[in-house]
Amino acid sequence: MTRPTPETLANRATPATVAAASGTAVPASPTPVTGAGSLVRSLEALGVEVAFGIPGGTILPAYDPLYDSKVRHILVRHEQGAGHAATGYAQATGKVGVCIATSGPGATNLVTAIADAYMDSVPIVAITGQVSRAAIGTDAFQEADIQGITLPITKHNFLIQDPEEIPQVLAQAFHLASTGRPGPVLVDIPKDVQQAQTTFSWPPTLDLPGYRPTLHPHGKQIREAARLIAAAKRPVLYVGGGVLKAGATDGLRKLAELTGIPVVTTLMALGAFPDSHPQHLGMPGMHGTVPAVYALQKADLLVTLGARFDDRVTGQLDSFAPDAKIVHADIDPAEIGKNRHADVPIVGDARHVIDELIAAISTSATGASAYEPWWAQLNDLRERYPLGYDEPTDGTLAPQYVIERIGQLAGPDAIYVAGVGQHQMWASQFIKYEKPGTWLNSGGAGTMGYAVPAAMGAKVGRPETAVWAIDGDGCFQMTNQELATCALEGIPVKIAVINNGNLGMVRQWQTLFYEGRYSNTELGTHKHRIPDFVKLAEALGCIGLRCESKDDVDATIKAAMDITDRPVVIDFTVGKDAMVWPMVAAGTSNDEIMHARDLRPNFEEDDL
Amino acid sequence: MSSQNKHTLSVLVENKPGVLARVSGLFSRRSFNIDSLAVGETENPDVSRITIVVNADSSPLEQVTKQLNKLVNVLKIVELDPQQSVQRELLLVKVRAERAMRSQVLETVELFRAKVIDVAPDTLTIEATGNPDKLDALLRDLEPYGIKEMVQSGLVAIGRGSRSITTGPALRAA
Repeated sequence: MTRPTPETLANRATPATVAAASGTAVPASPTPVTGAGSLVRSLEALGVEVAFGIPGGTILPAYDPLYDSKVRHILVRHEQGAGHAATGYAQATGKVGVCIATSGPGATNLVTAIADAYMDSVPIVAITGQVSRAAIGTDAFQEADIQGITLPITKHNFLIQDPEEIPQVLAQAFHLASTGRPGPVLVDIPKDVQQAQTTFSWPPTLDLPGYRPTLHPHGKQIREAARLIAAAKRPVLYVGGGVLKAGATDGLRKLAELTGIPVVTTLMALGAFPDSHPQHLGMPGMHGTVPAVYALQKADLLVTLGARFDDRVTGQLDSFAPDAKIVHADIDPAEIGKNRHADVPIVGDARHVIDELIAAISTSATGASAYEPWWAQLNDLRERYPLGYDEPTDGTLAPQYVIERIGQLAGPDAIYVAGVGQHQMWASQFIKYEKPGTWLNSGGAGTMGYAVPAAMGAKVGRPETAVWAIDGDGCFQMTNQELATCALEGIPVKIAVINNGNLGMVRQWQTLFYEGRYSNTELGTHKHRIPDFVKLAEALGCIGLRCESKDDVDATIKAAMDITDRPVVIDFTVGKDAMVWPMVAAGTSNDEIMHARDLRPNFEEDDL
Repeated sequence: MSSQNKHTLSVLVENKPGVLARVSGLFSRRSFNIDSLAVGETENPDVSRITIVVNADSSPLEQVTKQLNKLVNVLKIVELDPQQSVQRELLLVKVRAERAMRSQVLETVELFRAKVIDVAPDTLTIEATGNPDKLDALLRDLEPYGIKEMVQSGLVAIGRGSRSITTGPALRAA
């Protein structure tokens, strides 16, 4: 163990101990165990309830003590499923998700899920077997340098060289994954390290001298932000996923109601502020609402809370919110000023930032009435440009209607998990989110195939809650093998396949930008019914339902809701021509937003 | 790019396997250009010091510093002002020096307070240390004789005065 000198670390924070991270009482005295035993004991001591994984050659030793452990292991069908399941579990519960794979291809199969968790700042710990120490670097059977491969997509990763380090590294991995800006951490453990004799003692000391996330914002910055809020005429609360991760939703509501400022919630923040709240303008960005996009464009102040000015939100960056001063609060200092200069940078956890903003604002007496002209503009837009869709003229089923009805029938207590594409955007638009942790999706990475395994993980984490995956026929074919896992392990998720027979979002772009040349977007799930999703569902041990007409939608959804002992797959056969609106075409300014095809709101005329 | 955009960062890191890969990988991944990089142990064997010369405007520099600070193994980052620090590179150069030319080459060596470290019938190998400008000047003077081979270290730098990097303020933007 390295021990930097006191001088080197003069301004280091007090070293944390793992006591805070672990809830379970375990013997403190060193016990002789194998490395594998030490790993499993560590997971138990860290309070891990469940791990998703697949055994293989180099992780075999770990699976032996796991056999008797109180940690529930769920045997998935593909390691990517394990990774997304860990992510879904973490997003639904706020706890660290755990996935396990063997070396080589087992580990590389986790890569997509790890990259996904990295982009969306999800706390997961991936444990991988590695070839024995002596074989590392020799291109041994099933060897892959997974530490090197995951360097750019993990918050941190470890290769354990000494079995004595196992408890400490595991504790550090969980601490890193779950604190500060959360993210995936990978722990690679050579087979002979797992087999070696060692001792287990708990709790270990954390030795992370270079890791000290800033949780509490600087008072001066908070006062400056409060001053800008008091002076603003057209402010907007631009809320991102950091608010959900910090558990700051109650505070956000207080802040919004105290100030009367309009709120927009990004794709990662749906549920952070009730969709039904009169101050909620909806989601900003490429497929955001006209009022939300307009509000950002015309604002004179953006109070940015745990959001990161992603290109899908800003559109063309140099024309984004041209008149706005920026207050940018984030727990990750590197996000501040990365894409957009911040006039008031605030480094801190969203909960502390919001609480302190409330305190600072309460004393400076702002009146919501100050924003009356601003609200008049926004309300007018809300009235003229509500979210909506046209009924298909060809008699096909409207995908938006299906998704809207699922939201209405399953209600705001259910968890909705989306894949990536048109169905994801419609699920973000037409399901109303009222509570945190009810909307899971792959936002940053845009990982097709996320929904089924993430829904599985969410259901394992919150078994009492109905979990609906809203998936596309393209996405569903990437990871549906995990339905076998769900069927065998008793994880009754509901999968609504919004089956339009095509890679719908790509097709939409081909319609709009490639003159309708539909290159390789037709999947054949309509024309040839290959695969037949009902038969596929049955083959995977699920109930398969199909719905092809508007009249059957409610009955089908209700039938699925009545099945609680098995996973259900519904093939909603919908029209292929529906498009996601509004839309800001990639790379263009948010000012160019189209409310529908050939319908562009005129912001200039709307100016008061 | 002009030399005004060059910044010398001293990065203290935990002396652990793979840390250099994390630092250099971060630079390439985030499209930051490294002009020079040197790494070695410090007075504390558990801590290594990486000296990086980076070519960037102030805003990308702030971003690179923040991203470096996010690496768990990075302990501290300090930007060394060229006026307030001593900056040195090491140069080894094998230059053509037949009998007729030898005394002239040796004169140049003398002038730059460099050293001859190896002699062959037709070449001299010269060792020189100094700031990059001095070494450039030396190379310019040696060039006409014919440079057969050269190798240069990355720049290393240390602050002037009695204060040490471990006690001074860190570079932590925003």
